[in-house]
Amino acid sequence: MTDLTKLTLSGALDGMAAGEFSSAELTQAHIEACVKAAKLNAFITDTHELALEQAKASDARRVKGEVGLLEGAPLAIKDLFCTEGVKTCAGSKILGDFTPTYESSVTANMKADGMVMLGKLNLDEFAMGSSNETSAYGPVINPWRKGEDLVPGGSSGGSAAAVAADLCLGATATDTGGSIRQPASFTGTVGIKPTYGRCSRWGTVAFASSLDQAGPIAKTVKDAAILLESMSGYDAKDSTSLNVDVPKWSESCGKSVKGLRIGIPKEYTIEGMPAEIQALWDKGMAWMKDAGAEIVPITLPHTKYALPAYYVVAPAEASSNLARYDGMRYGLRVDGSDLNDTYERTRTEGFGAEVRRRIMIGTYVLSAGYYDAYYLRAQKVRSRIVEDFETAWQSCDAILTPTAPSAPFAVGRKVNDPVKMYLNDIFTVTTNLAGLPGISVPAGLDKDGLPLGLQIIGRALDEDTVFKAASALEQAAGFTAKPEMWWV
Amino acid sequence: MSEPKNTVSAKDVRKIACLSRLHVEDSQCAALADELNGILGWIEQLSEVDCEGVEPMTSAVDMRAPMRIDEITDGDKRDDILKNAPKKDDGFFVVPRSVE
Repeated sequence: MTDLTKLTLSGALDGMAAGEFSSAELTQAHIEACVKAAKLNAFITDTHELALEQAKASDARRVKGEVGLLEGAPLAIKDLFCTEGVKTCAGSKILGDFTPTYESSVTANMKADGMVMLGKLNLDEFAMGSSNETSAYGPVINPWRKGEDLVPGGSSGGSAAAVAADLCLGATATDTGGSIRQPASFTGTVGIKPTYGRCSRWGTVAFASSLDQAGPIAKTVKDAAILLESMSGYDAKDSTSLNVDVPKWSESCGKSVKGLRIGIPKEYTIEGMPAEIQALWDKGMAWMKDAGAEIVPITLPHTKYALPAYYVVAPAEASSNLARYDGMRYGLRVDGSDLNDTYERTRTEGFGAEVRRRIMIGTYVLSAGYYDAYYLRAQKVRSRIVEDFETAWQSCDAILTPTAPSAPFAVGRKVNDPVKMYLNDIFTVTTNLAGLPGISVPAGLDKDGLPLGLQIIGRALDEDTVFKAASALEQAAGFTAKPEMWWV
Repeated sequence: MSEPKNTVSAKDVRKIACLSRLHVEDSQCAALADELNGILGWIEQLSEVDCEGVEPMTSAVDMRAPMRIDEITDGDKRDDILKNAPKKDDGFFVVPRSVE
């Protein structure tokens, strides 16, 4: 039998439909791959026995003709999504062995569609990071290597590494400032953050509620579309969930982009960006042109202010969201001399340095005397960024940019320089602030043989165009490179 | 309106930590102040943006907060809610004394 872990999600679904192999066989093959890949540290919790049970149940359903959208597909879940009866810790010590008694809406949708869950994936603590190095469970190692261990990006580093190493057919991820797209770019995978409100936030551990959005990391654009179809949908339990239909995005893949106007924002050419990334971006423009699209220069004048605005808004929301971790109702409690001392000891021991740093920044920018100058101003700058996009949409239908300003870097290289680390999200964060869909597609290798991604940004709720354009990019790029399996 | 400049002192760090319910050792305050000042200094470029007459953006989606009928939709889950408690007794959370 061919190696079942090399299949795409779409190929595996077809194979099971044709009776070429069962979900149990497919799941077993992926479990074996996971066991051999311990060096990557992609998983925090394995659920292999549960996966085999789910696979057998799926095979039984198939016999009865009950076939869901993800029927029998072995997938993995970022450990930010609450999963009933399976430890969920958000990469933090403060949640301890928290084991939810409920299921997040996103994973509930996927379970209802027949998913098999291989385990819970490592991530930056509370999704705060761009390299997966802030996890209390140790860094994830990128399957792509260059003499030394490289980061897989973050915060969805476990998701990206697991998909790149063929440990699962696809994974859930979340994106608050680039946490789906930057790791996708770093690992040669596809990652989409949909329009804010597409995926319910209910049951997903909160970081910055006005920015957090779930999405998939997958091997192909079509696989990402299939996964997003399952993950999306209206949910009354999330007051910002959009009550709109979920289109068949997988059918948009491969459709012609003839006449599509692709905007190229001049502000995304930044100082210090490697020439290879500029060259790849130029190639992307040529590919889209060859596919019949029209290339249009545009301007997004407030781009440079997006990251500083984000580093006011996101920590402010995080400081408020993370106030719930007080050691009283769940997770870690470190006893102190009185109630306040118990709070402080619990939070100081339970949170890692980056999380504590962001809580303090958030508390500061929301505190009396600074609110107007920092928080209110950042919210106004956010409005300016939205205006930039609205103006751009008058002359283009989608925007093409690089996904990240660099290739994956070495573990430990940027960990002590917060601002330098934050700059990783320079091309992705604008879409979070504006609530727009953005996808990263692997487009080429740099001189060291490391993957680089290109990003397509679309109008709100126009994932259809995003998938069409991404699919054209994918076809033209013909990216088939895989990392050497050094971890086996 | 004057903008705040890099003004976080070691004393401010203590205050922010207290508001955040985080414990900071005296010996760490100066280093933390430098770190926060580095980040806040970078954030300060926001003061260059002309925000005259701009409404602050509070939500990523252009929608009104949805309303629903005021009725009980969930509940009766005491054991579920207590399941992950670090300390519990007889159907209650056990917490440190907070009233003398």
